[in-house]
Amino acid sequence: MDNAKGIVFKYGDNVDTDVIIPARYLNSSDPAELAAHCMEDIDADFIKKVKKGDIIVADKNFGCGSSREHAPIAIKAAGVSCVIAETFARIFYRNAINIGLPIIECPEASKGIEAGDEVEVDFNTGIITNLTKQVQFQGQAFPEFMQKIIAAEGLVNYINAKQQ
Amino acid sequence: MGMTMTQKILAAAAGLDHVEAGQLIEANLDLVLGNDITSPVAIKEMDKMKVDGVFDRDKIALVPDHFVPNKDIKSAEHCRCVREFARRNKITNYFEVGEMGIEHALLPEKGLTVPGDVIIGADSHTCTYGAVGAFSTGVGSTDMAAGMATGKAWFKVPSAIRFNLIGKPSKWVSGKDVILHIIGMIGVDGALYKSMEFVGEGIKNLTMDDRFTIANMAIEAGGKNGIFPVDELTIAYLKEHTNREYTVYQADPDAVYDAEYTIDLNKLRPTVSFPHLPENTHTIDEIQKMGDILIDQVVIGSCTNGRLDDLRCAADVLRGRHVAKGMRCIIIPATQAIYLQAMEEGLLKDFIEAGAIVSTPTCGPCLGGYMGVLAENERCVSTTNRNFVGRMGHVTSEIYLASPAVAAASAITGKISCPCEL
Repeated sequence: MDNAKGIVFKYGDNVDTDVIIPARYLNSSDPAELAAHCMEDIDADFIKKVKKGDIIVADKNFGCGSSREHAPIAIKAAGVSCVIAETFARIFYRNAINIGLPIIECPEASKGIEAGDEVEVDFNTGIITNLTKQVQFQGQAFPEFMQKIIAAEGLVNYINAKQQ
Repeated sequence: MGMTMTQKILAAAAGLDHVEAGQLIEANLDLVLGNDITSPVAIKEMDKMKVDGVFDRDKIALVPDHFVPNKDIKSAEHCRCVREFARRNKITNYFEVGEMGIEHALLPEKGLTVPGDVIIGADSHTCTYGAVGAFSTGVGSTDMAAGMATGKAWFKVPSAIRFNLIGKPSKWVSGKDVILHIIGMIGVDGALYKSMEFVGEGIKNLTMDDRFTIANMAIEAGGKNGIFPVDELTIAYLKEHTNREYTVYQADPDAVYDAEYTIDLNKLRPTVSFPHLPENTHTIDEIQKMGDILIDQVVIGSCTNGRLDDLRCAADVLRGRHVAKGMRCIIIPATQAIYLQAMEEGLLKDFIEAGAIVSTPTCGPCLGGYMGVLAENERCVSTTNRNFVGRMGHVTSEIYLASPAVAAASAITGKISCPCEL
């Protein structure tokens, strides 16, 4: 997997799926349309500022709440290359892996990275580098099974490859 | 080392004698569920898979319930997508308007969830079926698609927290107060990745509807599932609702738990979660000391609290009284069968005479869809399950989560109230 590298948007604890993508937009499942409202209720400027490759860093329980896969879809379609958090809510964690949005748990990184920092993530080693502050953190690398799903860019491709 | 109730169910479904917390397994599924929000995404994903249709047309349940009856053109298109998929694949358990209900009230009522089942649903409140002793958990649309195609799902075997319930709840205290108390105690990530196993002699004092409410909100503590042992009450419920055979699993006596809490139901008080997290709980006694918290709307319904016990309780409070001037009180029976029973018992008359409205089953307002969306700065007391920022409407609106008893009493007084104050 390629490294992720970008500028950080920083959020706190318990960023829920209702603020990642409000239910009033769930009458659509189009990634671009969902991305246009990504993080709208927590950070109205996010979608105006985010550039391809940028990184979201948050504290604990990121993605709590509903099972809507629209949440990681919106984040991925907004151009975000990786989400780093102290912990993730479990359905969001599964969904992100299943759609091929790289995420990584690292409590130290979530404390040691600020909004606007430039950060690089090496998914093979789990090493997160804060290029702005010149510090490194060891994130939790995925189990081999999940790495294969992410490398296949999602569960669907993984299952298709397995059946061939 | 012994296994928890959840671990035993997962081991059996994976064809293993023993599993341990943290182990990755592939389990056979007894039911795969989706609704009108999550199924269209799943159907799109399934179209990309190299499979011929679904693994078993009897083991898939499709329940359009969130924005149904269709709230707008885009929702109508989503529902059509689900309807056509169901028709194409001859899905046995597709529930059209007229036979549908809110999914997590509907499936147990239809006898589709039994003890020992492994169930995934593309809806976070799928954990509800732990009330009948099933392992059930919420997943996303891609997992749903893979489940529909293969009949299997991967799981990381969870560790568990054990909640030992003792005593008997007092008047106006229900399952909602039990689970809000627990979430207030352990926090919204207190059971992250874990099972919540509810045990103890106090369980016999909780109705099936109380248990559905408690298991339903396990996800609000971050739980992977919530589960109750199967007792006489469960067996009586199953006898009434299903012909399916089932296996009852019990936790081993030497099962290991990450933590254990004892909760005396007798000591619990009506509990309310303040904005904007379910863990921000206060007892009614604390609230009474805060001064009036005025409200604009009350919602009684949802997969958490739209069952018969809930409607009966609300009717007991509303009967012979009237909602406050300017109050909107919206009551939503969770299924057609509940609606009909409420009609036969005269509850709908009680509601309408009290100035409330009664809607056809829908998730509607719970997630700010329709049928009760909030304006700027408005406040709602709701029997639903989430009070996140903007959940029910405008980003500055506020949701207070409570039991049907507290919600109904609040509708009458126009401020957060306990029925004991009336």
